[in-house]
Amino acid sequence: MSPKTLYDKIWDAHVAHESDDGTCLLYIDRHLVHEVTSPQAFEGLRMTGRKVRAPEKTIAVPDHNVPTTLDRAKGIENEESRIQVEALDKNAKEFGVHYYPVSDVRQGIVHIVGPEQGWTLPGMTVVCGDSHTATHGAFGALAHGIGTSEVEHVLATQTLIQKKSKNMKVEITGKLKPGVTAKDITLAVIGETGTAGGTGYVIEYCGEAIRDLSMEGRMTVCNMAIEGGARAGLIAPDETTFQYVKGRPHAPKGAQWEAALNWWKTLYTDEDAVFDKVVTLKGEDIQPVVTWGTSPEDVLPITGVVPDPASFTGGKVEAAKRSLEYMGLTPGQKLTDIEIDTVFIGSCTNGRIEDLRAAAAVLKGKKIAVKRAMIVPGSGLVRAQAEEEGLADIFKEAGFEWRLAGCSMCLAMNPDQLSEGERCAATSNRNFEGRQGYKGRTHLVSPAMAAAAAITGKLTDVREMM
Amino acid sequence: MDKFDKLSGIAAPMPLVNIDTDMIIPKVFLKSIARTGFGKNLFDEMRYNRDGSEIPDFVLNQPAYRAAQILVAGDNFGCGSSREHAPWAIADFGIKCVISTSFADIFYNNCFKNGILPIVLPQEAVDVLMKDAEKGANARMEIDLEAQTVTTSEGESFSFEVDSFKKHCLMNGLDDIDLTLEKGAAIDRFEAQATQARPWV
Repeated sequence: MSPKTLYDKIWDAHVAHESDDGTCLLYIDRHLVHEVTSPQAFEGLRMTGRKVRAPEKTIAVPDHNVPTTLDRAKGIENEESRIQVEALDKNAKEFGVHYYPVSDVRQGIVHIVGPEQGWTLPGMTVVCGDSHTATHGAFGALAHGIGTSEVEHVLATQTLIQKKSKNMKVEITGKLKPGVTAKDITLAVIGETGTAGGTGYVIEYCGEAIRDLSMEGRMTVCNMAIEGGARAGLIAPDETTFQYVKGRPHAPKGAQWEAALNWWKTLYTDEDAVFDKVVTLKGEDIQPVVTWGTSPEDVLPITGVVPDPASFTGGKVEAAKRSLEYMGLTPGQKLTDIEIDTVFIGSCTNGRIEDLRAAAAVLKGKKIAVKRAMIVPGSGLVRAQAEEEGLADIFKEAGFEWRLAGCSMCLAMNPDQLSEGERCAATSNRNFEGRQGYKGRTHLVSPAMAAAAAITGKLTDVREMM
Repeated sequence: MDKFDKLSGIAAPMPLVNIDTDMIIPKVFLKSIARTGFGKNLFDEMRYNRDGSEIPDFVLNQPAYRAAQILVAGDNFGCGSSREHAPWAIADFGIKCVISTSFADIFYNNCFKNGILPIVLPQEAVDVLMKDAEKGANARMEIDLEAQTVTTSEGESFSFEVDSFKKHCLMNGLDDIDLTLEKGAAIDRFEAQATQARPWV
């Protein structure tokens, strides 16, 4: 048998039908659903009299629109947001899918809830009407975002019409230096490949620096595979994965655990398997990074300066000019001279307990020097744990707002938004124009770097505070 | 879904690279639970001032391009969020074809579900088409999906590739779900076998 990549193995185990032209029906093991991209899909089912084929494999949770203020039990003020969340309430009930309503302590960002509850397991196919579904690839699951028409297709058929992507390997060799995190890895990779570098590929991340990451760090890396254009990002499951999964509410137990483990241990890329594209970075070369522009590929080490648009080629020259104008920056300006108004720590990229611990380690005993700072835990359970560990007290004493779980200012669909010209150091995943609010300015960073910026009021090299 | 066969229309040039789906339809407009009505907010933040007045420089506000049916765009069009509201807004505005050197994967797939043809061509071809589009309303491009060609107003033709299944669905306005349900027996068989092999799923 010819050697296979991890992607090949998961793909082959899920092809329910293959047409002569190579178009496949890929069977979907887990379908995650949130309130923004699903109402039209459920409505489509109603209009055609179709049912959800596998409600037991479908998990819904509202996250994009929900308020994160402590008084949210009183309801959602914005009428459209409220209608969208109410539609999910109604659809989840009517179609009988698993559901974590706003009032449930397990509610949170869909990509944090799935792994936390053990819905995401190695070797699975996982989809969601959300591009950051790539997160679940950290478990060695083939996971990617889909559009609303495809959400309806999966609800109705539990399959997706797909053609296979190409294989790409991203290897991070050696060890990371102190102060460098999973977020810096994933941003550094996008800085290297560009936002279209992964288009048409599924990326497998490997190498010592990836192996050394915790599950949470691996989720951060895979989360942003989409920002590099890839359909999905994958990391082969290992002991770290199995330890994380074991004992979770929906993880297999007893004899089934043993059977699952036996299969999961076969999920790795065979030695002689061929990748269509390979990118290698040295772990020790990666530094804490920040973004300066309005594309996630606009990445530089914190020690750098704002680039001159003329240093780029092709369409990127105009794009960089436009970015700098939007961001209010000048070529040659030191990144550490950029003053920050706001700090946002949270999102499916960096809203897990380890992210909060990393921020707390920097913030302990310090006060913020920015106009506002907020921490939005990725789930109600992350919030509870942070309170138990005393992290919440550190945040509050430092001057951070300590919020309830949701997507919040990552995409600013709820009231958590930047105002015009407001500059934010954010642990989220997109620095697009208007992403965090109309004319808001976003610099993407790791949680430790965000915390450092909160204390100094400027983009800051966290290594100087360690 | 509308069938796509041939199209003769005005092409609007948008040479900016990395036009993301937040630009195409900002999140404040994602709160609708309908599929229609997004066209008026297509490219909202580039197209309108905060007071709702039009920004005259923006291409789709210029008289020549207000009825554009084709968009010629820079690299990596449609990157970012998976929101299908982006192709819904494009289709609702009246644009039926987008041409670029590359598209983000999810956006590309979403187009076909909504009667929009995304065409990938090499840089040199897109450069020629961009120049042609810059001529304004008198320059109409011709798209022939059957023949897989784009022709400029001056008669210069470029061939493009498109997946045969996607082409078939677009040309016939077919509903994916109906097609898949016809293969229900294969899904049943797979499910039974997978449940036995991986009962924990």
